[in-house]
Amino acid sequence: MDFMAVQTEILILLLLLSTLVTDLAMAKGASRRPVAYLTAAGLAAILAHTCGLYHEGASPVFYMGLFLADNYALFFKQLFLLGMVFTVLFSLDYVERCLPHPGEFYSLLLSALLGMCVMASANDFLTAFTGLELMTVSFYILVGFRLSSADSGEAAVKYLIVGAGSTAVMLYGISLVYGAGGSLDFAAVSRNVHLFTAVGLAGVVLVMAGFLFKLSAIPFHMWAPDVYQGAPTPVTALLAMASKAAGIAVFMRVIFTAFPYLGEFMLPLLKTIAALSMIGGNLLAIRQTDVKRMLAYSSIAQAGYMMAGIVAADYFGMKAAMFYAMLYVFANIGAFAVLSVVDAERGGTSRRHVTGLSQAAPMLAAVMTISLLSMAGIPPTAGFAGKIYIFTATVERGNLWLAVIGFVMSMISVYYYLQVTKAMYRDLEPGEETLAEPLPVPSVARAAALVSAAATLAIGICPESLAVLTNFASQTFMQ
Amino acid sequence: MDFPLLSTVLLAPLAAALAICLLPRESRDQIRMIAAGTMTLATVLTLYAYAAYDTVEGGMQFTEEVPWITDLGVTYALGVDGISLPMLLLTDVIGLASVFSSWNIEKRTKDFFVLLMVLIAGVTGTFIARDLFIFLLCYEVVVIPIYIMVLIWGSTKRVPKEYAGIKLTIFLLMGSAFMLVGVVSLYIAAGGDSFGMEALAAAGQSGVLDENFQIFAFLLLLLGFGSLLSMFPFHSWSPDGYAGAPSAVSMIHAGVLKKIGGYGLIRLGLLVLPLGAKFWAPLIAALAMVNVLYAAYIAMVQKDLKYIIGYSSVSHMGYVLLGFAALNAVSITGAIANMVAHGIMASLFFSQIGYIYERTHLRSVPELAGLAHHLPRLTVGFMLAGLASVGLPGLIEFVPEFTIFVGTLSVYPVCAFLAIAGIIFTALYILRMLAKVLFGPRVERFAGVPDEQGADLVPLLLLGVFLVGFGLFPELLMGVIRSGVTPLEPLLAQLSAAPAMLGGGF
Repeated sequence: MDFMAVQTEILILLLLLSTLVTDLAMAKGASRRPVAYLTAAGLAAILAHTCGLYHEGASPVFYMGLFLADNYALFFKQLFLLGMVFTVLFSLDYVERCLPHPGEFYSLLLSALLGMCVMASANDFLTAFTGLELMTVSFYILVGFRLSSADSGEAAVKYLIVGAGSTAVMLYGISLVYGAGGSLDFAAVSRNVHLFTAVGLAGVVLVMAGFLFKLSAIPFHMWAPDVYQGAPTPVTALLAMASKAAGIAVFMRVIFTAFPYLGEFMLPLLKTIAALSMIGGNLLAIRQTDVKRMLAYSSIAQAGYMMAGIVAADYFGMKAAMFYAMLYVFANIGAFAVLSVVDAERGGTSRRHVTGLSQAAPMLAAVMTISLLSMAGIPPTAGFAGKIYIFTATVERGNLWLAVIGFVMSMISVYYYLQVTKAMYRDLEPGEETLAEPLPVPSVARAAALVSAAATLAIGICPESLAVLTNFASQTFMQ
Repeated sequence: MDFPLLSTVLLAPLAAALAICLLPRESRDQIRMIAAGTMTLATVLTLYAYAAYDTVEGGMQFTEEVPWITDLGVTYALGVDGISLPMLLLTDVIGLASVFSSWNIEKRTKDFFVLLMVLIAGVTGTFIARDLFIFLLCYEVVVIPIYIMVLIWGSTKRVPKEYAGIKLTIFLLMGSAFMLVGVVSLYIAAGGDSFGMEALAAAGQSGVLDENFQIFAFLLLLLGFGSLLSMFPFHSWSPDGYAGAPSAVSMIHAGVLKKIGGYGLIRLGLLVLPLGAKFWAPLIAALAMVNVLYAAYIAMVQKDLKYIIGYSSVSHMGYVLLGFAALNAVSITGAIANMVAHGIMASLFFSQIGYIYERTHLRSVPELAGLAHHLPRLTVGFMLAGLASVGLPGLIEFVPEFTIFVGTLSVYPVCAFLAIAGIIFTALYILRMLAKVLFGPRVERFAGVPDEQGADLVPLLLLGVFLVGFGLFPELLMGVIRSGVTPLEPLLAQLSAAPAMLGGGF
C-alpha cells in the first residue's frame, strides 16, 4: 500500500482533527477566529504542498487501485483547496457574526473537502460513493447551519430529502452495474460486455442520474434554487464551485474510464441535458431578484456549459471542462465574497441589498461585475477564453447546434447579470441615500475579492498558463 | 521598425486607465489631463504612422507578433494596412475629441475616464488586430463599459436611460453571439490551428472552405456585424442608445464603434468568405436601401436632435452597406472612406449637441432657436457637420459618397439611383434642423449661454480640421484606402465574373 497516494487526504484529515481539538480547547464564547486562521493556513500549506505532486509516468495508487492519485485528480484537489481557502478567508467576518458554533463550521468544511478529494481520486464505484456521501452529508449540516433562520432549515431539509433520494437512486444503479459488470472497478466494468445488457444499461442510467443531481443539471435541478438561497452565503459559494466541480470530476472519470464504449447510447442523452441546462438555467435566472437564487439558476447553466465540453468526449472537451471549472471557481469567489460582506452588513442578498454598492464600496461593485461577466463569458475575463475552449471542442465534434445554444444563451445571461450591475451602479432614488454610505469591508474579504478578480482577469488575458496545466492533466489522464 | 508603435497606441489608454484608478477621486484636473495627454500621444503616433505608411508597398505595416495562446493558435499580432489605418486614425481623433467633450463631467469623474479609456483601447484593438481572437476580445471588451456609462452618465428623454442602455447592450451581444459561432466554426473548418486573419483568408480564398460553408458562416457574421452597423432590421438600438448615452459615448459609438461592423464585413466577410459575400450581396444591397430611405424618412419626423443624428447615422450606414454589396474596388474604397467621413461628421454633431445640452438641458428642435446669434462657434460646428452630412463638395463626405455611387451604378443601377435620391431626404431633414435651431429670430433666453471656449472648442477644431482637410484634399484619405483595396482587385474581379447567386441584380 502506497500511503503517499493518499497524503493530501491524510493532511486534510489531520487538519480537521486539529481544528476540532483547537475548538475544544478554546474558552466558551471566545472568538473562533484562531480556528479560522488555522484552517486557512493549513489549507494554504496543503495547497502549496500539492503543487509538487504533479508527475510524469505512472500515478501512485492506493489499496489495489481503488484510489488513484493521478494528475487529473490532483488538478481537481487543488481546485477544491483553492476554493476552500478563499471561502474561509472571505467569510471570516460573516461566520463570526451570522453563524452559531463557528468552530464546528470549519471542521465540517474540512470534512466536505475530504469527501471531494476522495471523489476526485476514486477509481471504483464504491470509493466514489463514499466520497460523495462524505461531502453531501457534511453539506446537509452546513446548509442548515444558520439555526436562527427558517430558510436555512428549510433548505437543509429539502437538500437532505432530495439528496437522500438521489443517493438511493445512484446506489441502486451501482448495484445493477455491479450485477452486470461483475466488478466495481471502473476499468473492469468497461471491459465487461455484459454491461450492454438491459440490466447494465439501466444501472448506467441510474448512476448518471445520481451524478446529474449533484451537478444540478436540468431536469435534476429542482433542489438547487431553494438550497442555494437558504444556505449561509459561504456554503452557497462552496456548493456552486467546489461541490459542482467534484461532481464534474467524478462524472468525467466515470464517463471516460467506466463507460467509454457507451457513447452511442449516452452522448445524445447528455447533449440534450446539456442543452436543456443551458437554456433552462439561463431563462429561469432572468426573473430572479435575489442574487443568490439567481446564481443558483446561473450555476445550472454553468453545469450545462461544462457538460457541453464533456460531451465532446475527447481530450479537448475534457481539458475545456477542467479549464472552465477552474475559472468558475474564481468567478464564484469574487461574487460570493461580495455577497457575504453585503449579507453580513445589510442582512440579505437580494438586488435591493446590493443597490448603491458602487458608491458604498466601489471596489466590491467592480469585483462583482468582473465576476459576473466572467460567468457570462465576456472578455477580457476568463469566462471568454473558457467558452472559446468549450465550444471549439464542441464544434470540432460536429455539434454546432450546441455551440449556437451556448453562445446565444450566454449572451442572454448577460441581461440578468447586468441587472445586478445596474442595481449597483444606478442613480439612487430619493430615500435611498443611506445606501451610498461607505460600507465597512473586512480587509481579508477585500483582499480575497481582489485576488479573485485579478485572477479572473489574468486568466482571461493570458489563458496560456492554466491551459498548459489542464492540457497536461487531461493528456496524462487519457494515456 | 523596432518601436512598438501600435502596441503603444493600444496600451496607452489602458495604462492611463490604470493610472487614473490610482489617483484620488478629488483630483479631477489631473484625471482629465492624463486622459487628454494619453489620447494626444496616441493621436500623434497614429498621425505619424499615417504619414509614414508606404502606400506604394501597401500591405500590413508596423507589424508586431507575439505568440499568445499556443494551444488555440492565437497570436498577439498587430498591423495596419490601407483599410485599417484610416479607421485607427478615426478612432484616435474621435477619442481625443471625446475626452475634451467630457471635460465638464463632475459626477464621478474618475470612473468616467477609466471607462472611457478602456472603451477607446477596445475600439483601437479591433482595428489593428490581425488575429481574430484578439479582434473579438477587443470588440466585446467595449460593450460593458458602454452599458455602465449610459447607466450613470446617460440622460433620460424619450426612453429611460436604463432601457436605452440594456437595449443597446443586448442587440450588440446577440449579434456577437452569432458572430462567435461563425468565428468558431470558421476556425475549426479552416483547420483549427490558427486564429490569424491572414491564415484564415488564405484558407478561404484557396478553396479549403467550401461554398456552402462560406454561405452559412457569412450569414452568421452578417448577423453580428450587421447589427453592429445598424443594418435594417437590427438598427433600432442605435437611435435609442445614442439618445440615452453621454455625448462622449455617442461620439465614439456613432463615430467608430459602428464602423467595426463595416470593417469586419470587409476584413472577414469579404477576405475570408468571398463566396459567402457574393451570395448574400443582393440581400445586403436591398437592406441597405431600406437603411438609406427608411431611416432618412424617420429622421425627418424626429424632434430630438440626438434622434435625428441617430437615424441619420443609420441612413448613412446604408451607403456603406451598398458600397460593400457592389463588391468592386471602387465601391469598397468608397464604403471605407464613407465610414471615416461619417465618423468625423457624426462625432462632431454629437459633440456640438452635447455642448448645447450641457449648457441648456435642451435638445429638442422646437425648443431651440436662433442659436447663431449667441453662439457663433457652436454654429460653425453644426454647419460644418450638417453640410458635410448633406454631401457638400469640399467637405469630407462628398468624395466618398460619390465614389460609392460610381462603383454601385454598374452593379445595382436601381439601388444607386434610389440611394442618390436618399440624399434629398438627408438634405431635407438636416437643413430644416439647422435652419430651425441655428437661425431665425434672436431668442433672449439663450443670451446668457456662453459660447464654446477652451476645452469645449477642441472637438470642433480637431474634427473640423479633418472634416475640411480630407474634403479639400481627398487624396490624403483615398490614396491610403486605395492602397489597401488594390490588392483585393483580383479577388473582386473573380467574384464579379461569377454569376450572382441570390436574386440577381436589381
